[in-house]
Amino acid sequence: MGIEHNSNGGSKAKPAGSSLAATSLKIVGALLFAAFVLIVVPMLINGAERWDLYYTLTSVALLSIASAGVWLTFYIGRINIGQAAYALIGGYVSAILVVDYGVSFWWTLPLAGLTCAAISIFVGLPILRLRGVYFAMVTLVFTEVAKMAALALPITHGASGIANIPLPGALEIFGLTLIPDFNTLENSRYAFYILSVTLMLLCYFMMYRLVNSRMGRLCYSLQQNEELASSIGVNITYLRLVAYAISSFLGGIGGAIFAAISQSVYPSSFAVADSINFMLNCFLGGLGYVLGPMLGTFVLYFGWDWLFQTGKYQLLIFSSVLIALMLILPNGLLSIRLWGKKS
Amino acid sequence: MEQVIANGLYLGAQYALIALGLTLIFALMNVLNFAHGQMYVLGGFVTYVIYGQLGLPFVVALIASAITLAAVGALIEIYLFRPVIRKSHREESTMLLAAAIAFFLDAVILLLFGEKQRGVPKILDGVLNWDFRIIMPYDRIAIGVLAILIIAAFILYMQYSKTGRAMRALAQDRVAAQLMGVQVDRYSMIGFAIGAMLAGVVGGLLVTITGVNSGIGGPISIKAFMMVMIGGAGVVSGAIAGGFILGMAESVGLTVFSGYGDVTYLIIFASLMVFLAIRPQGLMGKPWG
Repeated sequence: MGIEHNSNGGSKAKPAGSSLAATSLKIVGALLFAAFVLIVVPMLINGAERWDLYYTLTSVALLSIASAGVWLTFYIGRINIGQAAYALIGGYVSAILVVDYGVSFWWTLPLAGLTCAAISIFVGLPILRLRGVYFAMVTLVFTEVAKMAALALPITHGASGIANIPLPGALEIFGLTLIPDFNTLENSRYAFYILSVTLMLLCYFMMYRLVNSRMGRLCYSLQQNEELASSIGVNITYLRLVAYAISSFLGGIGGAIFAAISQSVYPSSFAVADSINFMLNCFLGGLGYVLGPMLGTFVLYFGWDWLFQTGKYQLLIFSSVLIALMLILPNGLLSIRLWGKKS
Repeated sequence: MEQVIANGLYLGAQYALIALGLTLIFALMNVLNFAHGQMYVLGGFVTYVIYGQLGLPFVVALIASAITLAAVGALIEIYLFRPVIRKSHREESTMLLAAAIAFFLDAVILLLFGEKQRGVPKILDGVLNWDFRIIMPYDRIAIGVLAILIIAAFILYMQYSKTGRAMRALAQDRVAAQLMGVQVDRYSMIGFAIGAMLAGVVGGLLVTITGVNSGIGGPISIKAFMMVMIGGAGVVSGAIAGGFILGMAESVGLTVFSGYGDVTYLIIFASLMVFLAIRPQGLMGKPWG
């Protein structure tokens, strides 16, 4: 058919020749970016001896995975302020399994994601019928529910949380060590960095493929008009559940690794403020672009960190800049197109 | 039992007033005002400064809170929401703006008033003691009655004044209202100002009882969202019903579950989600807002 894959999920038909060139350009760009974050950035960090940057960048990578999930719910036209709940659940699932049951971290990671996806199907079935602010407010409330459940349930150890989570052990398949034990590494931060960034790259690659697949188009149709999509035979209930489950899966993965890095998880590890931040990341990067949440997370996290030196004016400057950005670029950072490509 | 009901009514009157402002802004502009709790805190601090520190009469302080917040609301609408709504591709962008404004107000409040818990002298001394069945300080009763009076005044204003009618028309159908010659921009601004003003007034009222500190803005916003959801977004009667229901639920829950620690809110939240699954538009809301 005449519809070609176009950048960032925008829908515009283009001649096949230039599209092919654009696709290969994109592949090269993606590979360069992967090489940059996996090889060049660690080299620069080692060169400058700024080891703390590993932790910062790992956080950015993990938060951007969770934000990608929020972005996907935006893509089907829902405002999701409940991602922190799934991050918290993911963190707890992994922590409880590792600490109380002695399961290997590498098994708990997918389990955390799948648990979140399962919960999200259960929760999403009723609440995905809501739209607009209603959905936004319910998900916001869900964040609170998760936090309070973590406080009240016995399995989560209540307010004291779970501390002293051991570092991930080795991952072996048939005696072959795929990932070494993090305890034996001299720099576990570097290992976490590589792990998170790899997962982030994978996540955004999948997200890009998803958005540009048949299912992505169908999701886009949900964003524009659900009734119309439904009337021409799109199974909207199924689609929004799948999108929401993927979104929650990503939240759970992000939360689980976060718990492993900080080696602890508390009911307040992910709160309403985090839910709102995930949403802001998406807005800031641009809701119309797959890579928006990644850029948004990076800018927001580093901006906040960098403003730390302004002391008590940190929040004031931060929020003023956010408001100014909203006024100048209400459609996100990626809506500036230096090369004049208008969508 | 009577005590629980009295507490519930008192809480409900406050909550209803907070929810009214939020629902008014939502009805007129389809904006979920994340900064509502911060506006409440700001109102509380204005009253704290004028009544608590300068020693002027409480009524003056309350009016000052109202005027300050009305001005803040109007400015926010004119200079922030209006341009963003005009330029943005997606209406959700206003949520980012509202969240950013909430952060901004938080920062301003923190810088101006510090992070200490602030209280003011009681406005009335003495305690009502009805046969040990209801024990309630007079100042709480006064504040509760004042809140109910303000709610009544607000409803009358919306029903019978020209401005109120214009705003109701806007809430019903923006385009149709515009075609009938309602100045949309002007009434959006007035509506936002009144919504912010209500938040400020409650802040001013409650500072005399619970005090105020810069950190409670967010939790207040969440409570206000819950009330609006219970009653239905954008409906005045719904906001009032939601406020009283939440106030009652809190009052009953805190009594019944006092032995189990902090589960009241978990139960309220969980039952709210179940309720919304059955009735998404709340008690009185229009489907899909």
